[in-house]
Amino acid sequence: MTIMQSFTELVHQRQQRESAKRNRPVETEVTKLDVRNLNFFYGEKQALFDVSMTVAERAVTAFIGPSGCGKSTFLRTLNRMNDIIEGTRHNGTVLLEGQEIYAPDVDVVALRKRVGMVFQKSTPFPKSIFDNVAYGPKVAGQRNHRALSEIVEQSLKRAALWDEVKDRLQDSALALSGGQQQRLCIARALATNPDVLLMDEPASALDPASTSRVEDLIFELKQNYTIVIVTHNMQQAARISDWTAFFYQGYLIEKDHTLKLFTTPKKKQTEDYITGRFG
Amino acid sequence: MSLANVASPLTPTKAGLRLQKQFSWARAREAGVRAMLLGCASLSLLTTLAIVYMFLTEAVYSVTPDTTAFLQDVSLWDFLTDTEWSPQFADKHFGILPLLCGTFVIAGIGSLIGLPIGLAAAIYLSEYAKPKFRRMMKPVLEVLAGIPSVVYGYFALVFVTPYVLRPIFQSMLGIDVDIFNAMSAGVVLGVMIIPTVCSLSEDALRAVPRGLREAGYALGSTKYDVSLKVVVPAAFSGIVASFLLAISRAIGETMAVCIAAGQMPRLSLNPFRSMETMTAYMVSASLGDTPAGTIEYKSLYAVGFTLFLITLGMNILANWVMNRFREVYE
Repeated sequence: MTIMQSFTELVHQRQQRESAKRNRPVETEVTKLDVRNLNFFYGEKQALFDVSMTVAERAVTAFIGPSGCGKSTFLRTLNRMNDIIEGTRHNGTVLLEGQEIYAPDVDVVALRKRVGMVFQKSTPFPKSIFDNVAYGPKVAGQRNHRALSEIVEQSLKRAALWDEVKDRLQDSALALSGGQQQRLCIARALATNPDVLLMDEPASALDPASTSRVEDLIFELKQNYTIVIVTHNMQQAARISDWTAFFYQGYLIEKDHTLKLFTTPKKKQTEDYITGRFG
Repeated sequence: MSLANVASPLTPTKAGLRLQKQFSWARAREAGVRAMLLGCASLSLLTTLAIVYMFLTEAVYSVTPDTTAFLQDVSLWDFLTDTEWSPQFADKHFGILPLLCGTFVIAGIGSLIGLPIGLAAAIYLSEYAKPKFRRMMKPVLEVLAGIPSVVYGYFALVFVTPYVLRPIFQSMLGIDVDIFNAMSAGVVLGVMIIPTVCSLSEDALRAVPRGLREAGYALGSTKYDVSLKVVVPAAFSGIVASFLLAISRAIGETMAVCIAAGQMPRLSLNPFRSMETMTAYMVSASLGDTPAGTIEYKSLYAVGFTLFLITLGMNILANWVMNRFREVYE
């Protein structure tokens, strides 16, 4: 079996699972994020070159590419996470449902509540499980304990962690296993009730069993959320994503339906990368 | 299997190859360096042991038969409960309470001022300041830490009391402020511990991994939320340790409080009166003509030993807090 056939196999498996669940026609794609001609700089060094891309609502879009290709940087421009790094600048447009997120009157705190983020390394706060999940709603001003409890329960259930932790919500989050910590971070991101979830290699530090749980979770979450995921694992992109974008040296080389990108890539560089000829 | 049947594996197979130890200058130097380093490392330990031995023999129990230690002349009960300290008067009282009171009132005022300001400065430097400003402020803080404490003492006496405390408390509020008073000593003590708190707390705050801050921002936090609800709790152990070390320094501080607070042992909580701390007593007693072997002389050791136990306890507590509450970040 060639590499491309194996990717096809993975995509078909996902589509079979999906057709059983999907409650809307496959073809109605609504654009959630629309990025136009984005250039991005770390000081003098340009990291992204004229990237234009749309991200479909309630779908999984995966970014693949070799290390340093700009995929994480691009992901982080989508909720202005790069703002907190000194000496970065950009030009171009990023529209979230038609609104420019870099406009001067945009409240970046409000933006990040709508565009949540999960990081490669799980980053539980040194607090209890409950307080970790309740953090977002609390800083947003929610003080009512009953409302918080409900949000915590909902979020942990959505992140498929509730059954494992419901009896020890007051324990330190640092006592959880790596896979549980990552799902806790997903629950924590869900608790602010975002519409977009950005995931920066969320499973790269996890063992295969935990990875598979996180992938199942992403599959569930896309019913309600727009998910953008950076991964360096092409099998993972094929398993979970509807769309895949290939980045190389700061350029977006190609973005297409996952099946098309993996079976009939238009660009030579994409084909070389997915067949393992470089990267 | 008998040993005789086994060929010895150590039998040299080649002439001239010897693995046995022999004298060489390289190895001698190795051993010499090792001994020297061990000696340096042991020196501080030995000094501490010598100091403890001195305290014990002068204050608790004398090993030489014809002399007595402090606690053999004054009962421990009197030492801990008597409310007067007057070793230089005809009617001698040896109650440590007024000195403890002076020490803790002044260290308390210093802590109330120095700890919050030091922590706030650390949060500013670590979370808000631009790197350039931080690089500039660090040496400034170290200069503040390098000012001799006697200078702070005179600063309290000739500036803080007449130009800050008296106008506010005496002229406006009608509270009598002694020229030597605990408040001025506490204020300068607070300023003195700011660099300690700030520097150690800032190290602890900066050790919090960037990922935690990013996670906080990604959840829709403001800078204030991230600083106070994510970074400070994550650096809790280091901050508490910096507090305890600063308090320990405040308790042990000598010259500034000796000059600013005066030499009047007083069991009172009024910070505008003159007070005497343990350290100030030790200075004044050792300056006067206190012949060796007298009870006044021995009382120096009793007070010193008490101070030693308190600061030792604080440092042990600081260590314990560091280890108990430390979150290990990779």
